Amino acid sequence: MSLIKEVDYGTPAAKSEKTVTLTIDGKNVTVPEGTSVMRASMEAGIQVPKLCATDMVDAFGSCRLCLVEVEGRNGTPASCTTPAADGMVVHTQTERLKKIRKGVMELYISDHPLDCLTCAANGDCELQDMAGAVGLRDVRYGYDGGNHVEVRQNGEENPRYMAKDETNPYFTYDPSKCIVCSRCVRACEEVQGTFALTIEGRGFESRVSPGMHEDFLDSECVSCGACVQACPTATLQEKSVIEIGQPEHSVVTTCAYCGVGCSFKAEMRGEELVRMVPYKDGRANRGHSCVKGRFAYGYANHKDRILNPMIRENVNDPWQEVSWEEALRFTADKFKGIQAKYGKGALGGITSSRCTNEETFLVQKLIRAGFGNNNVDTCARVCHSPTGYGLKTTFGTSAGTQDFDSVEHTDVVILIGANPTDGHPVFASRLKKRLRQGAKLIVIDPRRIDLVRSPHIEAVAHLALRPGTNVAVLTSLSHVIVTEGLFDETFVRERCDWDEFQDWATFVSDPRHSPEAIAGVTGVDAQTMREAARAFATGGNGAIYYGLGVTEHSQGSTTVMAIANLAMATGNIGRPGVGVNPLRGQNNVQGSCDMGSFPHELPGYRHIQDSATRDIFEDIWGVKLDDEPGLRIPNMLDAAVEGTFKGIYIQGEDILQSDPDTKHVAAGLAAMECVVVHDLFLNETANYAHVFLPGSTFLEKDGTFTNAERRINRVRKVMTPKNGFADWEVTQNLARAMGQNWNYTHPSQVMAEIAATTPSFANVTYDLLEREGSVQWPCNDKAPLGTPVMHMDGFVRGKGKFVVTEYVATDERTGPRFPLLLTTGRILSQYNVGAQTRRTENTAWHKEDLLEIHPHDAEQRGIREGDWIRLASRSGETSLRATITDRVAPGVVYTTFHHPGTQANVITTDFTDWATNCPEYKVTAVQVSASNGPSEWQVEYDRQAEQARRIKPRVDAAE
Amino acid sequence: MSETTEDQNVRVEAICDQMITMEGPLLPILHEVQEEFGHIPEGALQTIAKKLNLSRAEVHGVASFYHDFREEKAGKHIIKICRAEACQAMGADALADQVRRHLRVDWSQTTADRKITLEPVFCLGLCACAPAAMVDGKVVGRVTSDRMNRILDEVGA
Repeated sequence: MSLIKEVDYGTPAAKSEKTVTLTIDGKNVTVPEGTSVMRASMEAGIQVPKLCATDMVDAFGSCRLCLVEVEGRNGTPASCTTPAADGMVVHTQTERLKKIRKGVMELYISDHPLDCLTCAANGDCELQDMAGAVGLRDVRYGYDGGNHVEVRQNGEENPRYMAKDETNPYFTYDPSKCIVCSRCVRACEEVQGTFALTIEGRGFESRVSPGMHEDFLDSECVSCGACVQACPTATLQEKSVIEIGQPEHSVVTTCAYCGVGCSFKAEMRGEELVRMVPYKDGRANRGHSCVKGRFAYGYANHKDRILNPMIRENVNDPWQEVSWEEALRFTADKFKGIQAKYGKGALGGITSSRCTNEETFLVQKLIRAGFGNNNVDTCARVCHSPTGYGLKTTFGTSAGTQDFDSVEHTDVVILIGANPTDGHPVFASRLKKRLRQGAKLIVIDPRRIDLVRSPHIEAVAHLALRPGTNVAVLTSLSHVIVTEGLFDETFVRERCDWDEFQDWATFVSDPRHSPEAIAGVTGVDAQTMREAARAFATGGNGAIYYGLGVTEHSQGSTTVMAIANLAMATGNIGRPGVGVNPLRGQNNVQGSCDMGSFPHELPGYRHIQDSATRDIFEDIWGVKLDDEPGLRIPNMLDAAVEGTFKGIYIQGEDILQSDPDTKHVAAGLAAMECVVVHDLFLNETANYAHVFLPGSTFLEKDGTFTNAERRINRVRKVMTPKNGFADWEVTQNLARAMGQNWNYTHPSQVMAEIAATTPSFANVTYDLLEREGSVQWPCNDKAPLGTPVMHMDGFVRGKGKFVVTEYVATDERTGPRFPLLLTTGRILSQYNVGAQTRRTENTAWHKEDLLEIHPHDAEQRGIREGDWIRLASRSGETSLRATITDRVAPGVVYTTFHHPGTQANVITTDFTDWATNCPEYKVTAVQVSASNGPSEWQVEYDRQAEQARRIKPRVDAAE
Repeated sequence: MSETTEDQNVRVEAICDQMITMEGPLLPILHEVQEEFGHIPEGALQTIAKKLNLSRAEVHGVASFYHDFREEKAGKHIIKICRAEACQAMGADALADQVRRHLRVDWSQTTADRKITLEPVFCLGLCACAPAAMVDGKVVGRVTSDRMNRILDEVGA
């Protein structure tokens, strides 16, 4: 193994189909038109010295090192800014060039510290490399003149010297090492799209400045790391590298945070992770990252991580550390006992969207083949189950239609119920790049999210709807499109069921769906709505991206189908740049759904009652499968309270914190006889557990994750599991303890079983993934290298199905006692329930959940910025601090749920999506009032949690 | 009576509204703000950034690039002395030292009584009449020591 050094071509690839041929240092090279001479040279294997150029950003031409000579042209043009032309004859090394380059390097080095040996970038410094490349031997100017290096000069303070900025928890900014190449500034602008950096001053006074000469932490910086990656010196440097030193080998793997599924190089020193660097060949992220994937991996070594199995008879007892054998025997005995006493159906399990496809497959296999029932569910129940239902019904398959590259071809985007700059930051950067190129954006969201207006981005329309009225708004957009004749008749006639379309068209054309008629319900101005509809229908390639703001409603599935209707009616399916794109929340939520995590579906979304499908699995597994769908999570909890459901195996999900109606979940768990939690930390659910099986992180196992674009990415083990076993081994050992004869020695064998049983994965093998990097399912004989865009020549189900989407208001209504609507969301630096990110330095940005409230509502209640407030709904109450902002409309309040102390789900109701039981997290009628501090429930909860987390260390019997 | 930040913001916003439709409105707005306040007041950059949908960093980068955009109000009179090559060759450094001693200020500073601000300038286009200076916007050539003393007298130093 060695350190993967990606080739830096200096300037981005040109996209032209026309090519030009030129000669560089006697070599002929053919490149697409528009390619720089620098890039063309690199493609011919000739490295032109450079400092300010890197292929993640456009050419800038400031360092004067990459000069070349072109026959027949005067002077020494910069190769980064000179486009290659047919017949051009270029020389990259001439006496004249060598002299100029040496001179330039002398100037750079005359104002740069000479501490190479003790510098953190030693061995990974482009300035050092270039000094070597140009043969720099002495610096005629000396080092005594004006400089930015010395703290004191000639006995006086050096006014040009700036101290290190160490405010960012993950990297330092050392201005004394800066060569002002502005790569960081351009990376922040072009790659990340935040524009947090600038060059302040001019000439010799020029410095990189975050914000307005602020600290990094106080500036607009979102800590994505693009600047650090772009920096050629140690000016912007990961603190981990400063602490540990340079890595010696690296392994490409996949981030385990959100559904974007970024590829990273895990750069290692032995088994120690030095840093995570985004991988340029990663097709989801194209070399970019966010603060979570890039930096927030410290939880893997956090002191809270549990490394030994633990058991207890009673949840009021302290935990007892035991051996793996004992923990598994204890669990198997309990589980078998439960089934003997209460019947086969008294057990169930929950698969994890955080674990690999292979691990998820094994958990559902354990339940279906080992427990002998179908009581398996997954956390997608509470997020994207309506996506599965809605897209399966309309298109025939439960997944997004595009790849992320598709956004580069989009002309107009509808973004509904998603906040990508916080939830899916790397996709947001790619979207912003496209918007800066001129694509239009329509935002449908109750809250003024950053994408509505932030530097260089402005939505053409923001439909700030009242929470819970998605269906009304989407149907109304369709009303405008149909009644104004803006639909794509050719597409609909060719691809969709024409009769169903006509029924639907008649339905949406009804005047009661007009923007004017429903403005009172949705709170959206009719004219804005009409303009948005016209913009989408007539703006070219139209793409719809959506998130949990669509699904987590009582009409979640209806909304997904309304989105599908809109896309089909406008002909926006089946080519790059268009499509319906659910932004999946968790790294492998797509995969966990694909792997048969739902009680009614075997892997590949095939119904359990389909005997042909059951036959396939029965043959391979050698057991008879139950043909009745099992229980969903809420049904398992209900059955537990009723006394018929007694044991559960929960892998990598914290249902107590993330599922609705916390008190009901707690009651369900408390009524069970054996709750097995398989996780990294003693999460909230573990307070009610009898067995704790320590989990492994994504760094400690092999496998695959499937991201929001159906891309199957490899996860590679870079260190030995600290808990002893990868999660798939733990599940296998539990299965064996239960009497199953499982003998997998590597996850690739599990993938082989998946491929053998699941048509959409038929051709997926680890060899293929090794060769291709990644593939998007369906990957079979029809599409041997996978399917970037779905429904190209027709819908998977045959004809696209239009479904009539009647708006039915949620039963959750505001009234005199609960006059405000609460909606929930995420923040960039924290992830989901925060189990991981709260255990990293990311807390520097978000220490606690805050309630956003409009100034008008705050004033009425006498609430000031930072006050403790009591947040009450019909279900319960909690307390948190308020922040006053007009990002939310009057009548709407908003909070995140990253911290367990907030207990936002004590507030949420038990209303759910009619089709899938997905909880209605996004709408709760609440009242807000002043408060003195945490509620009684919070205090009592903390006490119970503390009690439940006591651990007795293991006593070895032999001594 | 000092103006509140809020009042200031209203004035900056009004300037932005007036000029926002121009092509490349940032520089004209900065000029107008300086004209209005005599300097670019703290907070104005943030207001401008918000109005133009730019980042704080970008506006700071532009404003800090031009020395003529001041962070604080200048004195009643502004004396600029050329420090470019031709003037240096004709004794501009000595002239500058004389003024700095006389006013007890360094470059880009204002006298304690807020009467005079001394600034460097790099070429006024008067190389043939070096050393050159500019007093309250009016260029002066062949500035001898005596002539400078008279100028300083005139502005009441």
